[in-house]
Amino acid sequence: MEAVVERAYGRNKIHPQKFALWVACGGILMMFAAFTSAIIVRQAAGNWLEFRLPDIFYYNTIVILLSSISLHSSYLAFRRGNTSLYRGMLALTFVLGAAFIALQYQGWQKLTAIGIELTTNPSGSFIYVISGVHAAHILGGLGALSLALLHAYLLPHKVTPARKLRFELTLTYWHFVDFLWLYLLFFFTMLY
Amino acid sequence: MANTAIKPVVTEEDLLIEEYGYDDHFHEHHHGDKYQSNFITTYIFSQDHKIIAKQFLITGMFWALIGALMSLVFRLQLGFPEENLAWLRPVLGKWITINDAGMGTLAPEFYYALVTMHGTILVFFVLTAGLSGTFSNLLIPLQVGARDMASPFLNMLSYWFFFLAGVIMFLSLFLSTGPFAGGWTAYPPLSALPQASSGSGAGMTMWILSLVFFVVSVLLGGINYITTVLNLRTKGMSMWRLPLTIWAFFVTAILGLLSFPVLVSGFLLLMFDRSLGTSFYLSEIFIGGQALDHVGGSPILYQHLFWFLGHPEVYIIILPAMGLVSEVLSVHSRKPIFGYRAMVYSILAIGFLSFIVWAHHMFMSGVNPFISNFFVVFTLIIAVPSAVKVFNWIATLYGGNIRFNAASLFAIGFVSMFISGGLTGIFLGNSAIDIQLHDTYFVVAHFHIVMGVAAFFGMFAGIYNWFPKMYGRFMNETLGKLHFWGTLIGAYAVFWPMHYLGMAGVPRRYYRFDSFEAFGQFSAMNQFITIAAIVTFAFQMIFVVNFFYSIWKGKKMTVRNPWGANTLEWTTPIHPGHGNWPGKLPAVQRWAYDYGKDGKEFIPQIKPMDEGETEAH
Ligand code: HEM
Ligand SMILES: [Cu+2]
Repeated sequence: MEAVVERAYGRNKIHPQKFALWVACGGILMMFAAFTSAIIVRQAAGNWLEFRLPDIFYYNTIVILLSSISLHSSYLAFRRGNTSLYRGMLALTFVLGAAFIALQYQGWQKLTAIGIELTTNPSGSFIYVISGVHAAHILGGLGALSLALLHAYLLPHKVTPARKLRFELTLTYWHFVDFLWLYLLFFFTMLY
Repeated sequence: MANTAIKPVVTEEDLLIEEYGYDDHFHEHHHGDKYQSNFITTYIFSQDHKIIAKQFLITGMFWALIGALMSLVFRLQLGFPEENLAWLRPVLGKWITINDAGMGTLAPEFYYALVTMHGTILVFFVLTAGLSGTFSNLLIPLQVGARDMASPFLNMLSYWFFFLAGVIMFLSLFLSTGPFAGGWTAYPPLSALPQASSGSGAGMTMWILSLVFFVVSVLLGGINYITTVLNLRTKGMSMWRLPLTIWAFFVTAILGLLSFPVLVSGFLLLMFDRSLGTSFYLSEIFIGGQALDHVGGSPILYQHLFWFLGHPEVYIIILPAMGLVSEVLSVHSRKPIFGYRAMVYSILAIGFLSFIVWAHHMFMSGVNPFISNFFVVFTLIIAVPSAVKVFNWIATLYGGNIRFNAASLFAIGFVSMFISGGLTGIFLGNSAIDIQLHDTYFVVAHFHIVMGVAAFFGMFAGIYNWFPKMYGRFMNETLGKLHFWGTLIGAYAVFWPMHYLGMAGVPRRYYRFDSFEAFGQFSAMNQFITIAAIVTFAFQMIFVVNFFYSIWKGKKMTVRNPWGANTLEWTTPIHPGHGNWPGKLPAVQRWAYDYGKDGKEFIPQIKPMDEGETEAH
């Protein structure tokens, strides 16, 4: 059906599905914008426990940035026809994404260890909830990546419009959740 | 090709489309048959935008009836607090308590539950899903010249998430502890502490779950509407040639996309407070004499997050109605819409401003009065684009050759309602006057007239006008006019007196007033309002009967374009099949409002410009 849609609306500069994904990302961004504004509003109201964000959240930023780079190089390799790089980099991205989740979990445990539990004070609760919701979006990305891995390893390497589109959708989303983390980290660093 | 076989008559529209249209090879693929092959895929899990529109409409009507019946019950309580309600026991069960003398009274908890459910249902299920869901689905693909939505599948999901939200809310009505009862805005602590009231437990859990699914529905729909308007316009359909309906639906979808996610964030924090012991919104609370260990939360934070959605939401409700009214007024007064570009810019201005006025709902919540000033100014500025629109509607009517039918009467009624309710908005927008008026019946009067009734009028105008496009038959005109006059007079009779109650300080959401020295004097007025509400409800029954009767027995549509309208939906066959146009897609040659130009009564958008003719706007 995808191919049909593409032909039917071939006059468009940007594919409707890609555009729809951008629009959806706008909605997700608003959700996090609400969270970060909530921190600001709530912090201004006082009774705000100060603490230092555990370093692990910074290490994790490197992990997620690397995963964006690896996914992008996988995409380029896919288009160039370099099968082994395409598959390898895709697998690496998946591993890095999973590692990000694992390290976030470590980060939450670190927080608990320094006495900031989920219910201690809203300042800590925000970190748990917001990074948790972000992690849920990463999990969604991992789902898309698993599908991409299946395609990469089970199908012969052919650059059809449908597969290219699917890859580009995954790529856009993954870059987006990566950017989202940078945005959140910026707030966490500024406010904590 | 099944679709062409249905329509053997060749009309002028067909010839124009054949000559100038855009061939997208749509019907060569036969995928229409793939997803519309049996009853289930055609009528139930349909991916066709026209069917999905009808699903939204009929589900919305179902909810409107439930919501309206609820209001009658609590109006009976307010108008006739001493009356015996035992006869309601078969329906409401234990919520009608019967004393030894056989007197039945409405349980106070259930009164609050009814008010809460009435608000939630009307605002979200009826006036958001039932209005925007119906007409965005029906008209966006038809009026921009697209085969369907950008993603028919997500569009189908959008309806079914709405359906699921409805099922959950409906089931919550039957909980033994009752549905949520803390007001449609669900402020904490009533919404955050399961032990706070009987509806705050399971009732609130289901309320929040239902609304989260509802938001998913709105977002899936909105993503589709935006993408379709921006990407799937047919050849020649520039943004400046879009009918105002489409502009309105488009901006509505953007508002929804930017504001509903914020509500989800607010709800998520609420869920953590409810179930996991966090204190985002809760602080130093005593319940039943016991101190809870929640500290450091801010209930105001919830109000910010809620109203950041809440105010755009009221425009999500009214903008589609405005779009429908603009189109109906222009078509039936046989005149171009006055100030098309000004109309578009006011829609955009209203959309933008609606994001920076939310705190006018919080003037009395303890926000800094200095900050309130900014919100006062922005709130009052919204009156400017609103007034531009009102002026343009009246100017469109002025000197027109108006056809007074049910559709146009409701459109004119909309303008009346919007003026009446908009004026009281200016009172409320001043934070000093709001000290007296906040949380009184004045607010109830304001938003029912400007939002509730006006949006219903826009919806009725749309239904009477596009019913032939939906079902290939007309609704009965006489019944339609009767419905209009009954509703117009009835609605004013219900809501006008409430202004006086509010100015006298009568608070909203109270269970009874006769026991207050200061408000007892209004019992006659409250009785009058209740009777007016019952009569107005009876007039809605005329509409319901007319609607369903006309689906099967209404006068058949014999020509494609019965109203002599310019927009593309009237160039499709009387019963448009999958893909809307049997052959090529129509190409657009002009804007949508060439009425009475160069001595011609109307010139459809598919007609090429004459030699030397210039575009009208
Ligand atoms: C077309 C549009 C409008 C709609 C749909 C609308 C809707 C509403 C609703 C639903 C409420 C009640 C919220 C609640 O307390 O539960 C409300 C209150 C209010 N409206 Fe409007 N309104 C509209 C136009 C206006 C205009 C034009 C103004 C000002 C110029 C205005 C100013 C206010 C204010 C200040 C309140 C808060 C009153 C209070 O709670 O004390 N509204 N409006
Ligand atoms: Cu508002």
